Amino acid sequence: MNRQHHQDEIIEGREITLTIFRYDPNNKESKPHYQDYKIAETPGMTLYIALINILTRIDHDLSFDFVCRAGICGSCAMVVNGKPRLACKTLTSEFTDGKITLLPLPTFQHIKDLSIDTGTWMNAMSVKVESWIHSKEQVDISKLEKPIEPEVADEVFELDRCIECGICLASCSTRVMREDFLGAVGLVRTARFAIDPHDERTDDDFYELIGDDDGIFGCMSLLGCEDHCPKDLPLQTKIAYMRRKMVEVK
Amino acid sequence: MKIVYTDALIVGGGLAGLRTAIATKDKGLETIVLSMVPVKRSHSAAAQGGMQASLGNTVMSQGDNEDVHFADTVKGSDWGCDQDVARMFVNTAPKAIRELAGWGVPWSRIGRGDREVIINSKKETITESNESHGLINSRDFGGTKKWRTCYTSDATGHTMLYAVANEALKRGVVIHDKKEAISIIHEDGKCWGVVVRDLKNGDLIAYVARGTMMATGGYGRIYKQSTNAIICKGIGVAIALETGIAQLGNMEAVQFHPTPIVPSGILLTEGCRGDGGILRDKDGYRFMPDYEPEKKELASRDVVSRRMIEHIRAGKGVDSPYGEHLWLDISILGREHIEKNLRDVQDISKTFNGIDPADEGKKGWMPVLPMQHYSMGGIRTNAKGESPTMKGLFCAGEAACWDLHGFNRLGGNSVSEAVVSGMIVGEYFANYCKETHLATHTLTIKRFLQEQSDYLDEILAYDGEYNIFDIKDEMRNIMQEDVGIFRNGEGLKEAVEVLETLLKRTKQISVGSKIRGNNPELNESYRVPKMIKLALCAAKGALERTESRGAHYREDYTKRDDANWLKRTITSWKNPEDTLPTVSYEEIDIKGMELAPAFRGYGRKGSLIENPLSGERAKEIEEIKKKLKGCDRFELQDALMPYKLPLNFKEKNERVGVGYE
Ligand SMILES: Cc1cc2nc3c(=O)[nH]c(=O)nc-3n(C[C@H](O)[C@H](O)[C@H](O)COP(=O)(O)OP(=O)(O)OC[C@H]3O[C@@H](n4cnc5c(N)ncnc54)[C@H](O)[C@@H]3O)c2cc1C
Ligand code: SF4
Ligand code: FES
Repeated sequence: MNRQHHQDEIIEGREITLTIFRYDPNNKESKPHYQDYKIAETPGMTLYIALINILTRIDHDLSFDFVCRAGICGSCAMVVNGKPRLACKTLTSEFTDGKITLLPLPTFQHIKDLSIDTGTWMNAMSVKVESWIHSKEQVDISKLEKPIEPEVADEVFELDRCIECGICLASCSTRVMREDFLGAVGLVRTARFAIDPHDERTDDDFYELIGDDDGIFGCMSLLGCEDHCPKDLPLQTKIAYMRRKMVEVK
Repeated sequence: MKIVYTDALIVGGGLAGLRTAIATKDKGLETIVLSMVPVKRSHSAAAQGGMQASLGNTVMSQGDNEDVHFADTVKGSDWGCDQDVARMFVNTAPKAIRELAGWGVPWSRIGRGDREVIINSKKETITESNESHGLINSRDFGGTKKWRTCYTSDATGHTMLYAVANEALKRGVVIHDKKEAISIIHEDGKCWGVVVRDLKNGDLIAYVARGTMMATGGYGRIYKQSTNAIICKGIGVAIALETGIAQLGNMEAVQFHPTPIVPSGILLTEGCRGDGGILRDKDGYRFMPDYEPEKKELASRDVVSRRMIEHIRAGKGVDSPYGEHLWLDISILGREHIEKNLRDVQDISKTFNGIDPADEGKKGWMPVLPMQHYSMGGIRTNAKGESPTMKGLFCAGEAACWDLHGFNRLGGNSVSEAVVSGMIVGEYFANYCKETHLATHTLTIKRFLQEQSDYLDEILAYDGEYNIFDIKDEMRNIMQEDVGIFRNGEGLKEAVEVLETLLKRTKQISVGSKIRGNNPELNESYRVPKMIKLALCAAKGALERTESRGAHYREDYTKRDDANWLKRTITSWKNPEDTLPTVSYEEIDIKGMELAPAFRGYGRKGSLIENPLSGERAKEIEEIKKKLKGCDRFELQDALMPYKLPLNFKEKNERVGVGYE
């Protein structure tokens, strides 16, 4: 096969080694294993650039999930040297010994290599916590919108920033044991709606959705989620806020 | 062979597709949305700066209304848009944003009293009224007369997409992600669904429906440098082209955004300049006022991008290992503003470039260069969003040439269009699905499935000398060089030739892994020929269009030529064996326009070849206006260019201070 590559003319630095988990569960001949790839590091190289490099120049069969490559869409979470992170926002220069090991994000269905299925779980979670405004009011869209205090809108926005990357789940010991645990992503979603003035749900309503061990009472406050959340959401305080509310319902 | 039946099939789960799904589901239609990625990861999520809707809430947008939004949009399009569609759009946009507010999008709200803003790089104090307290805020954007762009910090697309996706889930819309449509099923000129490849395991599935909506987004990734997500390959648009029946409109109309960051190409929103940020050259000099004294950094995107390249060509670019660039300076807005309203911008700049844009002085300047950003072209539809040549095929959002944007779209008009067209076209589409009975044969469906299956086997059996990734790189390079911001006949001719060669070469490849399952090289091997076809439509359209209009700029034909070119480019792919598209044109009706063609008010003056009909129409408009003196603006509008909207979308929009006037 002819592989004439057009290396971009940029300064190349040290050689780095990526050790990547390889496995295709749909292919009977495939066995889980690690594969090493050596590439030349370029200035400002992210794991996105590194993996695209490997795909286009070394191994055309490597699967992974990138969409926005800008840390916005939440597609590319994987385990990087033991920590769950967004690959597109991870610079290779962080790793001083030039050795990087990549595994697919646990707790989701594995598709192939570094590719996982997050859509199925996240959509089910959204349905389970009824991740939408509940209101009896019929909005007349030709009329002025309902006024909202600017600070309140900002607070809701703060929690609306979750990108469903799944990193909080991968860093959560409860979730690793309990498949149906909603995790920080699901619990914070309820907090988001609980503080939204458009939503008329009461604490009792939320209790119906999260008042059990798969919900708010499953959290053991181990903080793994907040430490790793790439959007720096205030996960612990908001989970605690919901827990206080739910305890009162009991 | 797997066949899935539904009433309404929507390909694409971005803002346009999901809002359409809500329209069909609300009509009681069984609805399936297909997407290459989990829908909340669609490219709509990346929209930063905001959504245009003429609410007129803040003091800086007083006096705004549908008419002002309409005029801005038509001028922005360089008179290339369909004015009917623009009218439909501007009247529905305020309704769309209010619907979204009700669905919980946490729009940034106005606080009463004084607030400091930066205007023309000077601090000024504005005072918001009591009445507007708590209403939706808006910021300034390029090419707009008023501050009309509503936002949630700089994560607007994300919050909109989540709200719309959750509303779709609430209604029980069925979402199948990691599914890629690779061909359109049709019989006797009618569309009956798509053949899909399951990206998890490679299975082929036919999705069959009464009506099919393509909401597959843009095709920016045919360029080397683009702000678009890496899934924006235009496959949905390409499979419509490949039917030989559906047609594409204005594929050469490609937008370049002034301020993606160098070298990654990640976008820094227009909100940076809207909020008061400025562009500087290698000497730290603010150069835009010299070129555009009136709108400065906030002229329309096509104009600012060209001025930047002009300035670099004049030797004022900053040298870097990645080539020349200019600087974007938002440090003048102050840390507090940046950390609240331009937070993702700061995060992007810090993470990918190690620059904190809130740092004062040169330290905080971010390297920027214009890059591909938006596809004005797409599947040609009528004002109802249906292909005029293939029944049952609808299209909305960036994938469509509905034609709201003509040759240049305004920032903030696109997420707005995605939702608004989801409402309007969604309604027409739902009606079509209600009225239509499935009338295709299992044999037809099986034939389309078999064709794709054979095609994939054929690819795996190729035994050529080339590699698909190299071919893709070459396509992206030639598009970047010759079909970019500045174009000329010679370069375009070469581009068409090279692309044609590349298209033929896509059959002279070989694929390493021979499995039909999850196989990234196989994915590229069927996608790249489709991408090259789109590239050819863009290049050929650009070559034949011997004028400059909006984002299409010809160095050898620098004038906008209304006498010869007030028309839409239509490309089609007549036979599967063809290696070039067939180009034809659709006249734009000047006599039916509400706003007769004229100078836009920014960009180069005196570079317009007038069409005699423009003057005639302008006179007619004047006369109608004289005759209707004393009538309100709605009656006048109706006399100039009557238009229709479904549901209650034609109702007047209420505004603070003026009611329904
Ligand atoms: C970085 C960036 C910032 C932007 N900021 C703004 C802004 O501030 N304001 C503004 O108005 N506009 C902005 N835009 C433009 C705007 O975001 C898009 O034009 C708009 O979101 C497009 O929406 P859509 O629904 O048409 O397509 P998308 O959101 O792109 O969705 C396309 C969908 O189609 C699916 N799909 C594609 N092909 C296939 C296939 N073959 N089979 C199955 N599914 C398929 C995808 O999975 C996806 O779900 C920005 C664009 C970029 C690149
Ligand atoms: S809460 Fe944070 S870590 Fe969890 S899914 Fe959302 S963004 Fe990701
Ligand atoms: S690719 Fe979107 S967050 Fe990494």
